[in-house]
Amino acid sequence: MIDVIEPGLSTTVQDDGRFGNYHIGMPPSGAMDQFAHRVGNRLVGNEEHAATLEMTYVGGTFEFNSEAVVAVTGAEMSPTLEGEPIDSWTAVEVPAGATLSFEYATDGARTYLAVAGGIDVPTIMGSRSTYTLIGMGGYDGRSLEEGDELAIGSQSERTPTVDATVAEGHRAGYDTNEPIRVVMGLCDYRLTDAGREAFLDAEWKVSDEADRTGYRFDGPDVEPMFEERDPPFGAGTDITNVVDVGYPIGSIQLAGEPIVLMRDAVTGGGYATVGTVVSPDRNRLAQFPTNASVTFEPVTPEEALEIRQDYDRDLEEIRSSL
Amino acid sequence: MCQCIMGQTTINRQELDPARYQHGADDHVFVELDEAMSFEANFKAQAITKEVKSRNIDGIIEIAPANASYLIHFDPGVIHPDKLIEELREIESAIDLSEYTWDAKIVDIPVLYDDPWTHETQMEFRDRHQDPDSTDLEYSARINDFDSVEAFIDAHAGAPYMVSMVGFVPGLPWMFQMVPYDEQIEVPKYRQPRTKTPGRAIGTGGAFSVVYPVFGAGGYQLYGRTPVEVLDIDQELADFEESIVLPEPGDILKFRQIDRPEYDAIREDVEDGTYQYTKAAFEFEPEEFFTDPEGYNENLMEMLYQ
Repeated sequence: MIDVIEPGLSTTVQDDGRFGNYHIGMPPSGAMDQFAHRVGNRLVGNEEHAATLEMTYVGGTFEFNSEAVVAVTGAEMSPTLEGEPIDSWTAVEVPAGATLSFEYATDGARTYLAVAGGIDVPTIMGSRSTYTLIGMGGYDGRSLEEGDELAIGSQSERTPTVDATVAEGHRAGYDTNEPIRVVMGLCDYRLTDAGREAFLDAEWKVSDEADRTGYRFDGPDVEPMFEERDPPFGAGTDITNVVDVGYPIGSIQLAGEPIVLMRDAVTGGGYATVGTVVSPDRNRLAQFPTNASVTFEPVTPEEALEIRQDYDRDLEEIRSSL
Repeated sequence: MCQCIMGQTTINRQELDPARYQHGADDHVFVELDEAMSFEANFKAQAITKEVKSRNIDGIIEIAPANASYLIHFDPGVIHPDKLIEELREIESAIDLSEYTWDAKIVDIPVLYDDPWTHETQMEFRDRHQDPDSTDLEYSARINDFDSVEAFIDAHAGAPYMVSMVGFVPGLPWMFQMVPYDEQIEVPKYRQPRTKTPGRAIGTGGAFSVVYPVFGAGGYQLYGRTPVEVLDIDQELADFEESIVLPEPGDILKFRQIDRPEYDAIREDVEDGTYQYTKAAFEFEPEEFFTDPEGYNENLMEMLYQ
């Protein structure tokens, strides 16, 4: 058992996601930064599907009732074990009765705590992920609260090697100066050429409405970027409206401001989508805090596939190194 | 667009241009069958996605039909997007709606129109509405040329609706009324979305009606509230044994106007977990509907309420 002494700002149980139900409006949920989540699981010897804790902006304090092996990955939250700093991206032994504490994030926005065996909560529709909007999955369908007791599961693949660590070059850094790469398309025919250029040239700022559902950005007015038209039947009268479409995870919609949909996305709607963030960069974007500046860089579908292959290769190298 | 032949109303078939295939980064394909809503585009989206599902193509993770488009989420490590698109194009050209049919259910959705809860919500957000001096029902009746709110409700609760898409949040059905285009109700969304909408509220925006599964934000005109659920996460009601949501894309829902005593009685049964939906399973035949929508809908009503 792990006792939640302090839950942190918003801490949920997440895994690799709940799939196969998008057509009934069910988003995948799961860890926002799948890279950090997966590497954490690997460090402690867990199966890929094991659940970890995702902490956002401010971490929590946890007391372990039994001995455990843990790994902290993702954003830097100055973790301490019994008051002593511990290394992130490293398998660490936690003695029975010890307390693990986190501060606020200084680099990145989301930190993952992986525990050997995984966090044991019921599997709902194939996943342990929390989807708070409808109160489903995870721990009681909600963020952790003080006094919650988390069970440790048996989703181990192998015995963890204490002190195993991810090589410096393989650890994610959260440099927000690197652009977020997107494949433009979907309904971007709604933009004029100048509007498309203005969107890609703009520097956007992560607003305070940036959560697991989506990241909303502040920046220039998007309406002048649109092509005027007589709305087609069923689209609605606003210039940014289309006949309701399914929204890919990572898609950018222009609904007053740009919104990039994340793991708890609304699955569809009537705002024009103009492109999709490539999958590895969704993990990076999840580490952008409020007020960070973002630019979008267009890539071709072929380049997006190469970015994905590079990401898969990195993960594979980390796996085989541990 | 309705055509009257020998006194019978039919629905005009539309020629669709070839679909537009778009890459959603490395792991999604978005296929737009038309920019405009039509029965043709929606039925085709439903038929294609059902066919894709039945083929069990390796690497496909999600298949989601939408109003006039559909979305596929796939693992590019298993299937290359170009190969996937090639197969989707092949399905697009092979599907003939005149021959395609699918298994569906029709479900009765009782509605208390002009209910106190959505009324209160409307009043709270009057400054976000096009016409702050009318109710949503009064405004919608007027701009759709109905003589009265009652006549508007009769039309809204008249012909059944095709569930053209499910999403936004789990269980929310987008519903397109099964009447010729010139009889479709069309209303704008609120000028600015509301931050509150009661769960189980019935609303309309553009040409689509919805049932809001849970309390939340919303921008559709609000007309009433149903005592029945469209989402039951704990699967307590018998009709949710197989799925946590009631409507699936391709199903048909029928609004039925009820009064407050019936609303309260049904609500009590729902809360007790004993409510059983009035519903029927059948095979939907687009061609039959296109040819004689009124007659087709009458048959559906007989099947549902017999």
